[in-house]
Amino acid sequence: MSNHDATKAKIHELIAPFNVKDAELKDEATFMGDLEWDSLTVMDFVAAIEDEFDIIITMNMQAEIETIGQLVDAVAKLQDQ
Amino acid sequence: MTDLLSKFDPLINEREALLSTGVRDPYALVMEEVKSPTLAICNGRETILLGTYNYMGMTFDDDVLAAGHDALDNFGAGTTGSRVLNGTYQGHKECEEALKEFYDMDHAMVFSTGYQANLGVISTLAGKDDYVILDIDSHASIYDGCAMGNAQIVAFRHNDVEALEKRLKRLPQEAGKLVVLEGVYSMLGDVAPLKEMVAICKKHGAMVLVDEAHSMGFIGENGRGVCEEQGVIDDVDFIIGTFSKSVGTVGGFCVSNHPKFEIMRLVCRPYVFTASLPPAVVATSAASIRKLMHSGNKRAHLWENSKRLHQGLRDMGYTLGTPEAQSGIIAVIVEDMMQGALLWQELLKNGLYVNLARPPATPHGVTLLRCSLCAEHSSEQVGEILKIFEKSGKDIGVI
Repeated sequence: MSNHDATKAKIHELIAPFNVKDAELKDEATFMGDLEWDSLTVMDFVAAIEDEFDIIITMNMQAEIETIGQLVDAVAKLQDQ
Repeated sequence: MTDLLSKFDPLINEREALLSTGVRDPYALVMEEVKSPTLAICNGRETILLGTYNYMGMTFDDDVLAAGHDALDNFGAGTTGSRVLNGTYQGHKECEEALKEFYDMDHAMVFSTGYQANLGVISTLAGKDDYVILDIDSHASIYDGCAMGNAQIVAFRHNDVEALEKRLKRLPQEAGKLVVLEGVYSMLGDVAPLKEMVAICKKHGAMVLVDEAHSMGFIGENGRGVCEEQGVIDDVDFIIGTFSKSVGTVGGFCVSNHPKFEIMRLVCRPYVFTASLPPAVVATSAASIRKLMHSGNKRAHLWENSKRLHQGLRDMGYTLGTPEAQSGIIAVIVEDMMQGALLWQELLKNGLYVNLARPPATPHGVTLLRCSLCAEHSSEQVGEILKIFEKSGKDIGVI
């Protein structure tokens, strides 16, 4: 499994406990629309991602991330830095 | 043509739905007469004010009013100028002197509002490549200051010391870092663990700004706020405050011991590109600040009021924002906007004004009735407030 795939698998795993709507985790699925997350859920989830990968996703970056695919790319990029 | 106002349709529709049920618009109250810091006439009825942040009741203080009349007569109605051009009068300097004495700090800078103080100081300190680390429940003026400075914003869970430290550890060591905290968070009235947080900020090389808007004049031995109360005021780099709460006027400020602080007057846009406060406002503010230095008895009475109201509301079965009274703010949590509007209206009908607050101003999407006590509320008034809350709450079915 490539690093990118491993990151994606881990992110899917972290989404699971928050995915109360049981939405399909496609790359183009949106957090607000498809997963129906509110801002509080987003905050808890971002904190979980940050702790897992030991990174910071600033609110400026969060504003640009709408889909699962975008999040995977952003996390992969932050890990490389 | 795209109607640029159509983006507000959801809010317009929500408001129309609410008002069509016949409830009074909670955001269109007019006070026809104001009798004292705690009493006004609303809709022709005498109303106890319990939502003014006028914590120390200075708005009708004789010495404060006298200072204002004198300044109005001698310096005119307004300055028509920026602080850095023609807008600095003797009164503005005297007001800054009063603040320096009040906080025992080297520098004080007065802004035209508290909102502008946060907007100006945060946007000027933290630029594009700097980080602002803030509590997720921070006031709108703090978020707007971050946006205006194009800073990188890192939020942490409300009042969570560990979450703050984790984030500070992960940031590049060499990057500029400003941690923004509040002494009292204005929606729930809860106090921040500043002692632990400020120590962590210093350990990780971050500068610290504390907004003490809701604690000035009331919390701490000299009324300097939560950072005084928790013994960390000397480690805080900047304190932001407002005149529109305990001071009883309008305006904002920043105090600091930083040796280079005075340059802020030339580089802080919300300070430079706006007209200064009118002479009467700086004169009343200075007089009020000086009186607040010696208001130990009033502080004690305000604490009594706050604790009594908190206990009373809790005993009736209301859900409150904090387990015990931590400040002059007591938040009554309600189910939703509809229930909040109904209770708000019933309280007003029975002669009591409180603030109805809703998301996005509130955290966690809650709707709440925010009560803020005043040192000038008499014991009888607090008793009356409790009676009105009991009757109204039962009639609406909240308790």
